[in-house]
Amino acid sequence: MAALIANHALNPAGGGPALEVVALGKSYAGQAVVAGIDFAVPTGTCFGLLGPNGAGKTTTLRCCLGLTIPDSGTIRLAGRAVPADAGAARARVGVVPQFDNLDPDFTAHENLTVYGRYFGIGEAAMRARIPELLDFAGLTGKEHAPIQSLSGGMKRRLTLARALVNDPDIVFLDEPTTGLDPQARHLIWDRLKRLIALGKTLILTTHFMDEAERLCDRLAILDHGRLIAEGAPRELIRRHIEPQVVEVFGEAVANWAQTHEQLGERMEMAGDTAFFYCRDAAPLLAVLAGETALRFVHRAASLEDVFLKLTGRDLRD
Amino acid sequence: MRRNLLALPRPGMHWLPVWRRNFLVWRKLAIPSILGNLADPLIYMFGLGYGLGGMLPAVQGVDYVRFLAAGIIVASTMNAATFEALYSAFSRMHVQKTWEAILNTPLSLDHVVTGELVWAASKSLLAGGAILLVVGCLGLASWPLAAWIVPVVFLTGLAFAALGLIVCALAPSYDFFMYYFTLFITPMLLVSGVFFPTEQLPAALQAAAFWLPLAHAIQLARPLLLGQVPDAIGLHLAALTIMAGVSFCIAVALTRRRLLA
Repeated sequence: MAALIANHALNPAGGGPALEVVALGKSYAGQAVVAGIDFAVPTGTCFGLLGPNGAGKTTTLRCCLGLTIPDSGTIRLAGRAVPADAGAARARVGVVPQFDNLDPDFTAHENLTVYGRYFGIGEAAMRARIPELLDFAGLTGKEHAPIQSLSGGMKRRLTLARALVNDPDIVFLDEPTTGLDPQARHLIWDRLKRLIALGKTLILTTHFMDEAERLCDRLAILDHGRLIAEGAPRELIRRHIEPQVVEVFGEAVANWAQTHEQLGERMEMAGDTAFFYCRDAAPLLAVLAGETALRFVHRAASLEDVFLKLTGRDLRD
Repeated sequence: MRRNLLALPRPGMHWLPVWRRNFLVWRKLAIPSILGNLADPLIYMFGLGYGLGGMLPAVQGVDYVRFLAAGIIVASTMNAATFEALYSAFSRMHVQKTWEAILNTPLSLDHVVTGELVWAASKSLLAGGAILLVVGCLGLASWPLAAWIVPVVFLTGLAFAALGLIVCALAPSYDFFMYYFTLFITPMLLVSGVFFPTEQLPAALQAAAFWLPLAHAIQLARPLLLGQVPDAIGLHLAALTIMAGVSFCIAVALTRRRLLA
């Protein structure tokens, strides 16, 4: 493994950040999809871009890769100006797209060989590294399997292996575990942690807050094309939300919650559940102990609470 | 920023891996693909050439089947390039998202479109070349001059691939391609001199044919197949080259607008 996916990612951008985005803006038909955002991803860290559907995540990623030409702002990726020098920047980058776009006409081996050619990697070099790539993806023995015969999780892992053919310093992952079962998701997480341990820079978008919390050193929450919060997961929770959450559900909970609103710092109704956000949940729990018609869950505040507080509970699409 | 979308194509040589990707897919299905490319045009050539030809006097001084053969060669070249640049390229661009995967590598969209252009022209070369071979085996070709049809076929393929890639860049779905066939390809087949000499047509249509790539391809291929040096070689080559070049620039600009805007 060490020889192939080498730990030489420590200094890809000549000491600068792996990715630096300044005042990025992009509009479609007069509608600002990305409305002036700034962020930087230090080399060797994992950065998460969160946001509801339509928040501008995919447009931001496309701009960073030089695939969408922004209206304004500057981007430096792997030390190169994008989009002007995007090809050279992408030579140091791997991408796991949101939807698998493996070549359905090829086997796993052929997919990797052909993809290596796009990076100028010769046949012999590819042949030498494919076993290791497949091993990393947990696909040993599947070299000659047609793509159609692979499960969703296997395809995702092969897509991850494909993103590593050029031994990139920076890996972009657009919703890497959407649509996967828990086993497959944990396997992907394990591999991403290995990449982080090797010093790679990871930039991912996700809708799964546990995924973001687990993997990311820093997060940015994007909504309506703007960055509305940025920081380490724990820090975001500390900064934006009360530490304890009590979810109360049961019949007539809405009325009960209205009359007991003062027991939490904040209360929100969503469907037939009342969310109480508390600094100290003890008084609320004491009252709930006497309410036989209500059920409740008491837990620590999570990133999801922050996300919902900042972006609201309304559906986006 | 719009200027970027309209800039001239910068193909470089990095289109080659794109071409090789398509070649590898094709290699897996080569035999049925070649047979498919051969069957349809040969049915027309034998059916019309001997069937209809048997009832006709000599056309432009030769048997009808010899007259028709050159037309069938360039028409099947056109069809092969057009199908590849329309249906197959559209699948790779829109359905399979193959282009999207390639664009995540150092390659640019210009490389991808160039790779598709040369690939479609290569496939059409194979289609046209295969017919030429059959025609030759039947003793309907005059060698060695007929061999010059090979580059003519490739240039014709480039022109139709470039035109097809324009349509591909504009297509919302596969259904859209029907318009291109019924409004452009089929009429062109009839006014360019594939089945009968253009002199049979009203003057206005003869003039229109001057602007059609297929007509120029036939003006080159037909005499070559009969062992004659074509008239106005420079004009026909220039017409095909300019049509291919201009169409390619338009196709690249439209594809950039579609995928990179």
